[in-house]
Amino acid sequence: MAKVLMKGNEAIAEAAIKAGCLHYFGYPITPQTEIAEYMAKRMPKVGGLCLQAESEVSAINMIYGAAASGTRCMTSSSSPGISLKSEGISYIVGCDLPCVILNVQRGGPGLGGIQPSQADYYQATKALGHGDMHLFVLAPASVQEMAELTCEAFDIADMYRVPVLILADGALGQMMEPVDFDTIKKRDIPEKDWAACGHGGKRKKNILTSLFLNPEELENSVLARYEKYKKIDENEVRCEQFMTEDADIVVVAYGITSRICKSAVTAARAKGIKVGMLRPITLSPFPAKELKALSETASKFLTVELNMGQMITDVKLAIECSRPVEFLGRTGGSMMTVEDVLAKIEEMGGNK
Amino acid sequence: MSVVFKKPNAMSDVPMHYCPGCTHGIVHRLVAEVLDELGIEGQAVGVAPVGCAVFAYNYFECDMIEAAHGRAPAVATGVKRTHPDNVVFTYQGDGDLAAIGTAETVHVGARGENITIIFINNANYGMTGGQMAPTTMLGQVTTTSPYGRDKNIQGHPIHVCELMATLDGVAYAERVAVNDVKGVRATKKAIKKAFQAQIDKKGLSIVEILSTCPTNWGLSPVEALKFVEEKMKPVYPLGVYKDTTGY
Ligand SMILES: Cc1ncc(C[n+]2csc(CCOP(=O)(O)OP(=O)(O)O)c2C)c(N)n1
Ligand code: SF4
Repeated sequence: MAKVLMKGNEAIAEAAIKAGCLHYFGYPITPQTEIAEYMAKRMPKVGGLCLQAESEVSAINMIYGAAASGTRCMTSSSSPGISLKSEGISYIVGCDLPCVILNVQRGGPGLGGIQPSQADYYQATKALGHGDMHLFVLAPASVQEMAELTCEAFDIADMYRVPVLILADGALGQMMEPVDFDTIKKRDIPEKDWAACGHGGKRKKNILTSLFLNPEELENSVLARYEKYKKIDENEVRCEQFMTEDADIVVVAYGITSRICKSAVTAARAKGIKVGMLRPITLSPFPAKELKALSETASKFLTVELNMGQMITDVKLAIECSRPVEFLGRTGGSMMTVEDVLAKIEEMGGNK
Repeated sequence: MSVVFKKPNAMSDVPMHYCPGCTHGIVHRLVAEVLDELGIEGQAVGVAPVGCAVFAYNYFECDMIEAAHGRAPAVATGVKRTHPDNVVFTYQGDGDLAAIGTAETVHVGARGENITIIFINNANYGMTGGQMAPTTMLGQVTTTSPYGRDKNIQGHPIHVCELMATLDGVAYAERVAVNDVKGVRATKKAIKKAFQAQIDKKGLSIVEILSTCPTNWGLSPVEALKFVEEKMKPVYPLGVYKDTTGY
């Protein structure tokens, strides 16, 4: 297939269908409503279902049921809606169910705004649900990547039996770029013999529950899940490095801001400043090893985020605070410019 | 010797955790008998609530999912919409179904989801120790309505079958009680009809069962049965509130 021009949100929806996700449950909220609308149009044509739930709470619990019965499924929302889903997400984690959840972030707190934001970084990577848990979090930075990572998200979810969160923002969702769906790779997926879809008299019953009143049993179930997280940590961490080999200053940015930073890095290089960029593609697990390695040669770090400074904590932890980490951010829906980032890089100096 | 009474196959051979005199266990048995008689254990997926019946997943031999508090109808929707050939049921208490999960309950009714809801109305929150439920009756004392439920403070009880009967997607809504033999028989009949309606794709079926909670009512098991008869039935009249099954 040739490349097609698509909006980020539509690319995600089409990629999900191409990945064999024929069940979508959601509730409208800007800036991601196109996904539900796209699904509503396309699903009946491919023998699938797009169901508008009565709330995000219900939508995530429909996902819980669909995933528990062994079906590839997806829901999408934006910040306030994701908060509502958090209880359900925790149950999904507690039952080790695979599914894909998309957050096209908008500004907050509260009803906030509808402009692009990365203010849900902490929520996504630290606490999208109660209890000892993590999500696998992917952060695309282009429409092509939105498509590719969506497809992969389903495979990763099924491989490890984990929910995968795709963390995007309004700018990526609305952006139009060419997409090639042919580049997408598929993985081998284990059979879902744990699913609750009727035993048909052929096996013992399957129970999917996150309730363990016995502290030891609960501890063991959490420990087993953390073993799985360790494997994910070993195999699935991903980042892009741009001009970091000899970089004295390393800019860290993901998603939409990484595109601004890339231009700023290029501009700074033209001025002779030794600067590079590391772009986490997986936010959780975080590319900590890669950053640590860069801290051996770089003398300063700069995180650029559409929030008041959230990922910066992970950068500091990754490099064990061995180098100064500066921050440049905008919040509420405004975007920094290439010039803003360039000015910050120049202000930080750096060896030429 | 011929066997005249045995454990239904769809019921697990494990001790139940319910209090002495609690009728949750009777309703479990009736559901299991119906799964046996309709031969649907292998197709069935049950969704347990948060409430005293949270461990229902240990008591039925079919596949089971434990939902979050109030969300069982949404979870059941997710199973049924992706596996239309499964027989999907929820088993829920009144706090689960008519307080925290009201939206989910109303909307499976409106959508006419082909699932079956087994609804236990015991007029209080059993699991958490006898707090007021949406079905707590006016004047009824609970730990959070210690002076009796006052309509000016705590509002009025919700009549679930009456409410569900107003929704076009509901095929069958009946209220029964398990406080005597006749009631147990009627309950089994209603549960069977509800599952049959699902098998025949008629829409949502719900059976509301007036059930005892002797522990939190502070009554003996026998007194609790009487409480259902004398106090609950006048407020929650038994009967069929909706039936478009054509059976
Ligand atoms: C989100 C959430 N809120 C509150 C609770 C605590 N809780 C557990 S069971 C229950 C009430 C159960 O009462 P009911 O649904 O009437 O069932 P019963 O125990 O009477 O059978 C509550 C409030 C919970 N588990 N989850
Ligand atoms: S607390 Fe009430 S409803 Fe719960 S098991 Fe005991 S008697 Fe039954």
